[in-house]
Amino acid sequence: MTTKPKAAVSRLDPEPVPRRDWLGLGSLWAMGGALLFATLGMLKLPKAAVLASPSKKFRVALPETLPVGEAFVPAGRSVAIFKDAEGVFAVSTICTHLGCVVKPNAEGFECPCHGSRFHANGEVAKGPAPRPLPWLKVSVNGGLVQVDEGTVVPQGTKVAG
Amino acid sequence: MTPAYPQKDALRAFVEHLKSVPQRIRETAFRTGPPTTDRTRSTFVFGNVFLHLHAVRTHRWSLRWSTTAGLGIMSVSAFLITLVTGVLLMFYYKPYPEAAYQSIKDIHFVVPTGRLIRNIHRWAANVMVVAVLLHMARAFYTAAYRRPREYNWLIGIGLLVVTLGLSFTGYLLPWDQLAYWAITIGANIAQSPREVTDALGITDYFDPGGLQRLILLGSDQVGAEALIRFYLLHVMLLPLALAALMGVHFWRIRKDGGMVRPAEADAILARQRHEETYPVFTEAPAKTYQLAAIVRGRTSNVGRGPENTVPSMPHLFYAELGVLMVTALACLALALVSDAPLKELANPSVPENPAKAPWYFLGLQEMVSFSAFMGGMGIPMIVLIGLGLIPYLDRETEGTGQWFGGPGGWPLVRLSAVIGLCVPVVLESFAIRFGWLREWFPKIPQLIVTAVNPGTLLTLAYVLFSIWCIKRYQSVRAGALGLFTCFLCGFIVLTIIGTHFRGPNWMFYWSPSDWPKH
Repeated sequence: MTTKPKAAVSRLDPEPVPRRDWLGLGSLWAMGGALLFATLGMLKLPKAAVLASPSKKFRVALPETLPVGEAFVPAGRSVAIFKDAEGVFAVSTICTHLGCVVKPNAEGFECPCHGSRFHANGEVAKGPAPRPLPWLKVSVNGGLVQVDEGTVVPQGTKVAG
Repeated sequence: MTPAYPQKDALRAFVEHLKSVPQRIRETAFRTGPPTTDRTRSTFVFGNVFLHLHAVRTHRWSLRWSTTAGLGIMSVSAFLITLVTGVLLMFYYKPYPEAAYQSIKDIHFVVPTGRLIRNIHRWAANVMVVAVLLHMARAFYTAAYRRPREYNWLIGIGLLVVTLGLSFTGYLLPWDQLAYWAITIGANIAQSPREVTDALGITDYFDPGGLQRLILLGSDQVGAEALIRFYLLHVMLLPLALAALMGVHFWRIRKDGGMVRPAEADAILARQRHEETYPVFTEAPAKTYQLAAIVRGRTSNVGRGPENTVPSMPHLFYAELGVLMVTALACLALALVSDAPLKELANPSVPENPAKAPWYFLGLQEMVSFSAFMGGMGIPMIVLIGLGLIPYLDRETEGTGQWFGGPGGWPLVRLSAVIGLCVPVVLESFAIRFGWLREWFPKIPQLIVTAVNPGTLLTLAYVLFSIWCIKRYQSVRAGALGLFTCFLCGFIVLTIIGTHFRGPNWMFYWSPSDWPKH
């Protein structure tokens, strides 16, 4: 009786992966996955969860006489407050192009950085600004005007006061 | 075994050893003695960790002034100068708003040699940007990006980006008006994908622009968080990235067979009488190249004797040292005649008018004055991707190693330069004289302005010209020559317009002396 000689097992044979290799490869992949997820998790670090910026709400008293169509810009704020017969409204003076502070003039606003121009209601009169200047939430309380720079309201929203 | 000295003379031996310590230290540091023969010159190079990035012998073609103009070494030299002066400035600099400004003021007016060191730092940074740009142009025009140097060209583009990043982050640190508003603009360029996402109305769900700005500034405004982040990038992350990329860049030069040279380089050199020309090996080397067999691709000297090469020590090293000295001298001279600017303390409610970025970004600033996204991100990304693709699209061999080599050659480059200079001048003149879409049709959708503006039309014109070049010369290299020359010229024109012809409110002025007083 002769036994058939067993074929030599070569690593090149398309055999199923031996158990030992499977464990080794598995642990390598597990380590790679762990490193990947750890890195992804650490990448969250630079994205600040709390913004260390001052409060976006402020109160200010308007001047006794503020002519219709003239902007009042409180010191240190990037907001232009207007008052007319319909009420008070505030327009942000941060250019929608690249964030420079626009300056009120007779027709509206002009940006010193790239020459954008806006009408007094915030609409773009000249590029490159892509969007109108946003109107900000205003409330009038006991003679003081409170502006919330963090809340945008639809254009034309005026508050009696 | 007999001891060198009898036991009783151990003390004398000790004294002898002590006396010979300096000599022994020298011998153990430099094991091979002075580099006076070819053999000791070789060991001088590969026995030194700093020098052994170089080959021990250098082809004479590489040493010709016209091969590289020393621009790569000039970039490295400028970097080393900024490194040394930058570390010196760190002794006094405080990365916190107001304190930063005061510390720069101290460096400028109080610290011994502080003003000179700061001036050198600033000028070396400028020299580095110029040298890196010219170095890239040299590599392009001599077709040095071709096989086997494609990957090193990519590394070089990475180095260009990191160099510009270093300059940009350094610009904020003085915390003066110029710095503050340049960084405000820069950070909002990072946010400019919102121009597109806003127009599509998807910013609430997908806001890559806002994320980029938030990560760059660490806040929703330019403040202390932004300053510390820019400081970290400027003194730590970007220099490390630059050093790592530089290491790869230099190493690849060796692995890719040294400087690029035309196939007929040896014949050209043979025609010129040269003292150093002598065959080193009289027959093909009998070496086995076991290591070379591992390295993929062709290596420099397999199967060939190193004819037409000279020892790197002293020929190459003295040339490099010369470039370093010239660079240092240029930075010093510029620093002595021109002070680095320092405007008034940053004021977040009043922009500098005009707020200008450093000169090499003014071409970009000119383009963002038409569309923030296309000018600040879209077109620069297109240019970078285009640059990266060049070696993979141009697989020709004609003209490798020759200035303006390839089909078309110098006449094509000249034609491209004329077109590259004229098109932006015409487009800019039109836009300055007649305005652009938003002024004619105030209600026009922003996407149309983003897509159709002088910047994108300029890019389109260049691309069309490049396609014409490919057809006309039946060569991708000709297209690349046309496109690269055009973009280089466009960069120059836009930079000059942004630097010289733009005044307050980014209005056109023939000269800065026409600016209104305000």
